[in-house]
Amino acid sequence: MTNNILLAGFGGQGILFIGKMLAYFGLIDEKEVSWLPSYGPEMRGGTCNCSVVVSDDPIGSPLVDEPDLLIAMNTPSYDKFIDTVVKGGKVFIDSTLVDAKCDRTDIDCYYVPATGLAAENNMKGMANIILLGKLLKETGIASMETVEKAMNKVIPPKKAHLVEVNLKAIKLGMEQ
Amino acid sequence: MAEKSLMKGNEALAEAAIRAGCKCFFGYPITPQTEISAYLSKRMPKVGGVFLQAESEVAAINMVYGCAGSGIRCMTSSSSPGISLKTEGISYIAGADLPCVIINVQRGGPGLGGIQPSQADYWQVTHALGHGDFHALVFAPASVQEMVDTVTKAFDLADEYRMPAVILADGLLGQMMEPVAFEDVEIKMSDASNKPWAASGHGGKRKHTIINSLYLKPDELENTVRERFARYEDVKAKHTEAVCDYCDDAETVVIAYGSTARLAKSAVEAARKEGIKAGIVRPVTLWPFPVNEINEACKNAKNVLVVEMSMGQMVEDVKLALNCSKPVEFYGRTGGIIPKPAEILAKIKEMGGKN
Repeated sequence: MTNNILLAGFGGQGILFIGKMLAYFGLIDEKEVSWLPSYGPEMRGGTCNCSVVVSDDPIGSPLVDEPDLLIAMNTPSYDKFIDTVVKGGKVFIDSTLVDAKCDRTDIDCYYVPATGLAAENNMKGMANIILLGKLLKETGIASMETVEKAMNKVIPPKKAHLVEVNLKAIKLGMEQ
Repeated sequence: MAEKSLMKGNEALAEAAIRAGCKCFFGYPITPQTEISAYLSKRMPKVGGVFLQAESEVAAINMVYGCAGSGIRCMTSSSSPGISLKTEGISYIAGADLPCVIINVQRGGPGLGGIQPSQADYWQVTHALGHGDFHALVFAPASVQEMVDTVTKAFDLADEYRMPAVILADGLLGQMMEPVAFEDVEIKMSDASNKPWAASGHGGKRKHTIINSLYLKPDELENTVRERFARYEDVKAKHTEAVCDYCDDAETVVIAYGSTARLAKSAVEAARKEGIKAGIVRPVTLWPFPVNEINEACKNAKNVLVVEMSMGQMVEDVKLALNCSKPVEFYGRTGGIIPKPAEILAKIKEMGGKN
């Protein structure tokens, strides 16, 4: 079993952060994982993307060009990657920022107004975590126990007070 | 077993250097390896070492020259254009028989090129890392964990043979995160205590040592070069490494190093699932080049495919190694494009049964 995950949006939306979370889910569950950011000029204000591979077997290519899971947090990313998703794949779209509706019938698209939900719930900047919550609900890729462990790994000790609100954002995403 | 954590390749290289007893780092920032400098700028002072951002790559490698002469374990890192600037200093270090570790996280070239992953510095690192008759040890790890494990080996062998050692990575390996564990390593020869050649200060207790690469008498110079090449023979005999998978009955053997070897291995495994007899050889040391290992692995092959992120550089060494005994073909992407396993698989299929 291998998940090829692609996360894409603007720089500053926390794309790399949720990538790191997903990689830690795999590590904690004793799978093979890789995390590869885009590190070109695009990370300075333009679009940003991150490839995460989680697998039972050693990973060949850490670069994901045909994802089975895609999170798209802006329109340029949606346009660029929607057709690369493999048949049967799942796509999670921040519908506050992406107006488009997908007409592909061979994939499942989930529209979550994540940026709007974050603003309404005093979770500014956590639209990424809300989408991650939705992904967790629809894929069952990790248990809540694993999610909590990963949070504590990824969030540095001096920001430990943020673990709780992050977990709340995950749960909010799971309710969508 | 030490606990695994996720680390970027660049940061893992830097941490591994500290654990291997590296006491001084001299560098100059360049994408995609700047995390090495950034990490060491924080960590080195905490372990009583020296981190110094030099005014240029040329300055940094000459600081390494001086530091290595004192017998202290030291390192520099850069990416392709920066390595070109360092080559003069590397030649002097080789000429003075000094140990050091140099990291090249390759990017596309020539010139300033690009900042995406590449393997276009193969010729430079294995054949012309500076002027004159010399070699450097060249290691080509293929994962973040292997990069960590290679650092200790590179320092140990550099010290043992008094020669520069290069870890040849690329933007993919430098930027990606993978799980990594740091096992405790025995640190040998990290300072001048077992290095009688080092110019380390002695208060007049012994004859002074001189670090030098200038020999104006041709017979003296020839002798130093011959002595150095005799040591190289010992390195070749004891420290050549390659990993071979699925080669025993392989009709097409794929040869690739570093991150490309991972992609090629995925292609070979996909080929096997389709009933195609493919195998893979991954040279772990690029100098010394695994000539015998390649010949052994290709014994039953009908043909050989070399895959690189370049226009084809290592392919020439493979042809020399096989000495026309097998047809050798090449597949490569360059400029920062990473070849897809599916492209490599298509090439394997195209070659299927050909001889």
